[in-house]
Amino acid sequence: MKTYMRPMTGWWRRNPFYLWYTLREWSSFFLTAYALVLLYGLARLSEGEAQYEAWRASLASPGSLVFHAAALLLVLYHAWTWFKVMHKTLPFLRLGGRRVPDPAIFGSGVASAVVLSLLLLWVLA
Amino acid sequence: MKTRTLAIECLRYDPQTDAAPRYQTYEVPFTDEMSVLEGLQYIKDHLDGSLTFRWSCRMAICGSCGGMLNGVPKLSCESFLRDYYPEGVRIEPLNHFPIQRDLAIDQGDFLLKLRSVKPYLIPEAPKPVSEGTYLQTPQQLDDYYQYSKCINCLLCYAACPQYGLDREFTGPGALALLHRYNADSRDAGKAERMELVNADEGVWGCTLVSYCSEVCPKGVDPARAVNQNKVESTKDYFLRFVAPRRNT
Repeated sequence: MKTYMRPMTGWWRRNPFYLWYTLREWSSFFLTAYALVLLYGLARLSEGEAQYEAWRASLASPGSLVFHAAALLLVLYHAWTWFKVMHKTLPFLRLGGRRVPDPAIFGSGVASAVVLSLLLLWVLA
Repeated sequence: MKTRTLAIECLRYDPQTDAAPRYQTYEVPFTDEMSVLEGLQYIKDHLDGSLTFRWSCRMAICGSCGGMLNGVPKLSCESFLRDYYPEGVRIEPLNHFPIQRDLAIDQGDFLLKLRSVKPYLIPEAPKPVSEGTYLQTPQQLDDYYQYSKCINCLLCYAACPQYGLDREFTGPGALALLHRYNADSRDAGKAERMELVNADEGVWGCTLVSYCSEVCPKGVDPARAVNQNKVESTKDYFLRFVAPRRNT
């Protein structure tokens, strides 16, 4: 029987849900790029103080600041999306014979990320 | 009863005469309680008898009347014309499936996939009726109950871009039903089904878009079933190094 198959071209623009999903996937590239910048800094550190300070100074350039601001926003969004779907990756959790509600899993994930980030900031400061 | 008029734009495709789909708009009078399906039935009865679409139960049980309503996968029997007033509604067949005619899709691919997950209980050993019924605790029931509510309406497949991009992927609905049986305490067929879970067309084709769970009209949460089985698949892969598999 003759049928018609619709093309998938531009599927990610067809629905806001897909747009947010695509942004989530692209944010991984920024996460990777940020990790590589840090790794590069570590390599400079192993070469001595002058090289490390030069790397640190390069971070203050306007381009680098824009990149880091974008990376921060995208990493925050990335983390948020994974907490949103965290419950889907887990078997049913039960406490006292009752299922832990999905919003509680999401809330505990976000709360622990916020607390740990603040703790890290406090230690560094 | 107050009657208003709504523009319903339908995708039309006649395999005998059309090279590609086209759109046709109908002006449909409606009252507040009329569903989108009733709008289509009005067109069929009063405006254009050639419009083709599937339906049966009219109460979100049979899973026949799914379609893309303004680009969103929905059951037309539980969507209301009043919610699309005054802009109108565009109705298309479910995405990612071949169009047979107008709003009717070819579900053949899904039916093969459904069969491949062995969607039935495979008991450890046959149990004669004389031995009585299987007993389950409320928790054992809870382990699979939500997944058993699937009505095979295919909205999740229309929501899944991974299925659209790669039709080899077993897809959310069939994998949720696979999990429904694997998670059932009366079932012993998990080892047989793990082959499909682990395969290229199994759970790893999912990238957790999770739109399938958003559109599911029965609260099945297929994305959850698929992703729980990524954990199962990982365990299945690594545990064989410490615990040799039984030959099944």
